[in-house]
Amino acid sequence: MEHGHPTPEPSASSQNRRRALQQAAGLLLAGLALPVRGQSRIRAIRIGTTAVILNDQVRFLDEWARYLQGHIGHPVSFVHRSRYREITELLLSDELDFAWVCGYPYVSHRQAMRLLAVPLYQTRPLYRSYLIVSSSDLKTASFADLKGKTFAYSDPNSNSGFLVPQYEMLRAGLDPLTLFQKSFFTYAHGKVVAAVAKGIAHGGAVDGYVWETLALRTPDLTRRTRVAAKSDEYGFPPLVARKSIDESEFRGMQKVLTGMPDNPAGRSLLKQLNLDGFAQPEERLFEGIGKILAYVSTRQRLVS
Amino acid sequence: MNFAVTNLSYRYKVPLSISLVIVITAAVLSAVLGWQAYRDLRGGLIVGAESLGRTLSRALLPSLLSDEVWSAYETVMAPLEGVDDGGSPQRTITVLDAKGLVFVSSNPAEFPVLAPLSSAGPSYAQLQGAITTQASRSTALFEDRINDRLMFTVPILTDDGTHLGTVLLTYSESLFLPNFYAILTRVIVSTLLVLLVLVPLGWNIGRRMAVPLTGLAEAMARIGSAPRAQLTEKLYRGDDEIGQLGRQFEQMLNEIEQKQNMEKQMIAADRLAAIGRLTAGIAHEINNPLGGMINAINTFKHHRHPDPEVTQRTISLLDRGLAQIRDTVGALLVEARTESHALSPDDVDDIRTLVQAQVAERKVRLDWDNGVSELVPLPSTPVRQILINLLLNAVQAANPSGAVGCRIRRDNAQLLIDICNDGETIAPQVLEHLFEPFSLPGESRSGLGLWVTYQIVQQLRGTIEVSSASAETRFVVTLPFPENV
Repeated sequence: MEHGHPTPEPSASSQNRRRALQQAAGLLLAGLALPVRGQSRIRAIRIGTTAVILNDQVRFLDEWARYLQGHIGHPVSFVHRSRYREITELLLSDELDFAWVCGYPYVSHRQAMRLLAVPLYQTRPLYRSYLIVSSSDLKTASFADLKGKTFAYSDPNSNSGFLVPQYEMLRAGLDPLTLFQKSFFTYAHGKVVAAVAKGIAHGGAVDGYVWETLALRTPDLTRRTRVAAKSDEYGFPPLVARKSIDESEFRGMQKVLTGMPDNPAGRSLLKQLNLDGFAQPEERLFEGIGKILAYVSTRQRLVS
Repeated sequence: MNFAVTNLSYRYKVPLSISLVIVITAAVLSAVLGWQAYRDLRGGLIVGAESLGRTLSRALLPSLLSDEVWSAYETVMAPLEGVDDGGSPQRTITVLDAKGLVFVSSNPAEFPVLAPLSSAGPSYAQLQGAITTQASRSTALFEDRINDRLMFTVPILTDDGTHLGTVLLTYSESLFLPNFYAILTRVIVSTLLVLLVLVPLGWNIGRRMAVPLTGLAEAMARIGSAPRAQLTEKLYRGDDEIGQLGRQFEQMLNEIEQKQNMEKQMIAADRLAAIGRLTAGIAHEINNPLGGMINAINTFKHHRHPDPEVTQRTISLLDRGLAQIRDTVGALLVEARTESHALSPDDVDDIRTLVQAQVAERKVRLDWDNGVSELVPLPSTPVRQILINLLLNAVQAANPSGAVGCRIRRDNAQLLIDICNDGETIAPQVLEHLFEPFSLPGESRSGLGLWVTYQIVQQLRGTIEVSSASAETRFVVTLPFPENV
């Protein structure tokens, strides 16, 4: 797990690039016309990810980066951070071009982000939050049954892993701060499943899409948990761009993403993600999150 | 057991002892090595656990500070990666908060989050007491002998020394048992291999050590049944104790030989002395008929014309006189011969002839009862010597005009000689030492007669008994026939 702050590396490397450009200019002036080749001189497209999808995804992201690079004709690199907030901050400070964020940070920072694409899960851009408990716990049907227990959230900036359960509890007249004897964050949906499966927490809030995907990939783990309750549907965590993104760059990326189901390599990547494709998003997809955020905010001060 | 050991030959006792010492040494060494391995492995486990505990206490600090249960869980699980945690885990890492409640554990089933440590069992309840009382300032080791567990506690302290919690490592002692058994197996196999070489070697050395002793014992057992040269030819020669024993044994054999030679000479001398004693009487025996014959011849000369009756009477007298002389000389000749033949009735009668002169001189009555009518399977010379010695003593000891009895009998297995006289009773204290040399100071003889008789009887494996009471002194000699006859 990475705990580091947003890395100063981009500015350092841009300095290097500047120095390299100056050198190149000097060489040109000297009459030595060298063709400008090599990708190191071009600013790579930087895409931020969190454990919004599955963790342990380095190999997959390398593969995806190569795919995107091949279709855009521009270097692409993924920047992974374990905390949602880090990616949000990087995007807000224009350190990232694109990011796969959760609906909750998007709704919170709508003015600073531009919706790029929304994944299609089981053909729809929607997902749910699951309340899971240990498979040995056959009683629990709602949050109220977990009073005095330990509880695992995924990330404080996660919709399905934090905001939705907060909303559900408040709506049921429960106080999320006092309901559990102890609650903690695992900063990944998969780790919420592990925490419940191994008995560290009695219950947990997890992204329904992640749980279902894990059930396909590592059924041994999910089999030790039981879905006690499913929330309403919400907008699937979208891909967004920084507000200041170049229009052609934005369109290019959107085209590549939505075109992924059209070729075998893209389909293969989508299959690994357990997704059907990417669609052009609509703003109202996230109205539901906006509503519950407003509800929760009025009920209690959120520590974000 | 004791009986068996004391009766066991040194041929086996020495090799067995050496082998036993080798086996015991090997066993003790194996046990020491095994114990050492056990200590080392257990020590290694403790050192490893302490080091892991310290590392964890540093690594867990941020998680405890920011109350990150999951990151603490991932930290404690990292060292246990790949370890099967099904059933009863052999290693459990538990993090306790400052209040002693479980913060997180690698085994949440036994240590649920926020549960007090004491709820995990009595030994943990004890441990909790120990942790809180010692303020958890230092690493500590607790041994749970009931469950064969080792428990280490390492405090989690901030840089300013605030106590945030405790890392508790619970190790099952069986963790190092597979390694221990592997080492133990190697030790035992090596020991067996060493024994395979050393025990035969030790056995061989033991045998070699026992050989001189058993040789000596065998030689001693064969004294009297084997020629002397054979007894000593294989004896061990050396300067150690067994070598000394061998030399002493040889010296002893020499002395026995000398003694036996001396006894032989004594017996021979005694026999010649007896003949000497007989000679005077025998001379008289010869002289008497000679006188009678000379008188008869003189008388015969005075008859100028002897009538046939006188001639006949004279010749008859000469005839009887010469026959008596021939018998006497004959008996003497037999006695003077050293080579021995089987005892015949004539041999026994010869003795009577030989002692007749002494009997006549002492004017005692000799009651002669010779029950031997055929050959007796005993050498004649020593038996005649016994008879002569005992009879001469009896005649000497008998009262003047007293009586001497001699009764000789044989049965299937032995010859019985019973000689008695009516002489003075011998005092019991004298009787006790009667067969020792020079035991009768008043005796006119050399004083060796009875001792020699005793020696001869011994050589013939017979017995001699003497009794003296109410004016009768009786010697009874029993001579068994040799078994191979």
